[in-house]
Amino acid sequence: MDFMVFQYPMITIQACLDGILLGVLFALIAYGMALQWGVMNIINIAQGDLVILGGYIAYFMYLYGIHPAWGVIVSPIIMYFVGVGIYKLVINKVVDRDLFISILATFGISILFMQLMNFAFGADVVLANSGYGTTFLFDSNVVLPNSKIFSAVVSIVFAICLVIYMKKSKLGRAIRATAQNARAAKILGVDTEKVYAATFGINAALCGVAGALISITFTIHPYMGLPYTIRSFMIVIVAGLGNLPGVAMSGMGLGVFEEFADYILGTEFRIGSVFLLLVLILVYRRFKLSRKREYLK
Amino acid sequence: MNKNLVLYASILVFGLAAPFIFPAFKVQLSILCVLIILAVTWNIQGGEMGYNSFGNILFYGLGMYLCASVQVGMFFPLAEWTESGGEKTFVHTPTQFFQGMAAGLVVAAVVPTIVAGLIGYSILGLRGHYFAICTLGLGVAAGEISGGIEIIGAGQGFTTPPFPNVGGLEARGEFFYFCSFFALVFAFITIRAIYSTRFKLILNAIRDNEDKAEAMGIETMKYKIIGWMVSAFFCGLAGGIMGGLVGYIDSTDVAFDGREMGVFMVLMAILGGKGTLWGPVIGATVFHVFKEGFWTFFLGWQYVALGVLIVVIVIYFPEGIMGWLREKYPERFGEVVDEADRKAQVELK
Repeated sequence: MDFMVFQYPMITIQACLDGILLGVLFALIAYGMALQWGVMNIINIAQGDLVILGGYIAYFMYLYGIHPAWGVIVSPIIMYFVGVGIYKLVINKVVDRDLFISILATFGISILFMQLMNFAFGADVVLANSGYGTTFLFDSNVVLPNSKIFSAVVSIVFAICLVIYMKKSKLGRAIRATAQNARAAKILGVDTEKVYAATFGINAALCGVAGALISITFTIHPYMGLPYTIRSFMIVIVAGLGNLPGVAMSGMGLGVFEEFADYILGTEFRIGSVFLLLVLILVYRRFKLSRKREYLK
Repeated sequence: MNKNLVLYASILVFGLAAPFIFPAFKVQLSILCVLIILAVTWNIQGGEMGYNSFGNILFYGLGMYLCASVQVGMFFPLAEWTESGGEKTFVHTPTQFFQGMAAGLVVAAVVPTIVAGLIGYSILGLRGHYFAICTLGLGVAAGEISGGIEIIGAGQGFTTPPFPNVGGLEARGEFFYFCSFFALVFAFITIRAIYSTRFKLILNAIRDNEDKAEAMGIETMKYKIIGWMVSAFFCGLAGGIMGGLVGYIDSTDVAFDGREMGVFMVLMAILGGKGTLWGPVIGATVFHVFKEGFWTFFLGWQYVALGVLIVVIVIYFPEGIMGWLREKYPERFGEVVDEADRKAQVELK
């Protein structure tokens, strides 16, 4: 077991490539989480459920004969409005309150979404077949579905577009100003309420993109949301808020870790190992911080 | 003091008589007792200490698995038991059943306490939302991992020993009711006793400002761990009883059920009012009555209703029932209200 890495180099390469391509998706979701965490100071437990909902939109397009890759365009548009709707109904009432209130409220939203999706789409594991075929590397020892490469490329394109948008556009500037100091931004004429709604919408749209890609490359299931939330939370705390290269790197690192955990421990421990890794990272972070005698509030 | 004594005595008498007054609701009443234990112990962390834990479910599930494992393992090989699944090849005699249950409950209470003590130093060093998410991860991880362990049934679940053939269904209900009721009384008395000592003040100091409490010379970590161990003790006990009552243990749906019990305990404490002794008790009762009363109307839509309920409670009643009562009748809570001052504050708002 210990020497798998050296004895079977092909498996190692396969796991690394799979992990990196998967990690790009995680990084995209984590970017959305970092955005809303930084701007609104909210930890959204329903993040993963938004992802799954986005995936179902692409899946339904697939069912009605449209190529699921178009879901990458359609799903974020629908999800943007879903996000704004959630903001108007729930989030704007908890935005100024204690973080725990927002965690609990979004936990409620998460349960609600989980169950509604279960009713609407059934409890089956589904995937949208993109029909992109596969690439074989190293004498077909390493198998790489083209859909995974497609999803990684699309994620990177979306992330770059978003970064440019945040830098250049008026709304992007308003969002960054609100993140720095909401009160000062308000004094200077930024409608923070609108900014918050837009931020949550953009986050939901990112989740929609990621969900559509996940429905093409992997599988979706109504109850699979929480692991995505935990993964993105983990990536954000490892990378820190507002550290984009860090988010990308730790996303890929997490992806590779998961693939190896899958190979070594077995698939039934995959999700468990992700949650355990979260606990370990937090505990490590706690000891590192306590050595410096400072606390992040 | 005298009035309190009458109140407690009447509750105790009512509790003892309840299964005979309402024989049809014995199982519901036992579940209510377990829910109250969970809410009251969660309140030690969430209400008094300000550490919002989603992870107390870890001890509950651990207790459930331990109690059943000990009960089976004392007399029969555990692996064969779980392998045989529903069709039992081994049958407990009544003596074996009760001996096993007693030993199982002791283990179910003690081991989680030790676990809480061991992981407490690492986990309780986290603050605020990091603690909340970390404990959430802990609970889910425990569920996922126990779902992969063969000897306790893995994915197919673990059937706890059936109640021996003495007195039939009535005796079974009464047995589990009195188990949970005495556990509840034990938990309530313990927690009431420790709330009347300096311990509660220290927990509140930690909640209000941990750094200052530390600067005042309080070893906050020690008290946080002790508080968590008290919670773990009663959560494990409640889990052990609940395992026997339900009769079937599944890793993610019954034992480490973060989606139900894990949220219920938080919700009940908040609904009743966190940071009060009676709040979680009232909250759990109201919640359970609501849940059982209305769940049948929402048949199939329970979780949708639950999600809406969480959002509504958290947004509109963050202070809970006790908080609302306190605002309405401050005199009852021993608060001296200066009417002019109150009016001035209302005007200021």
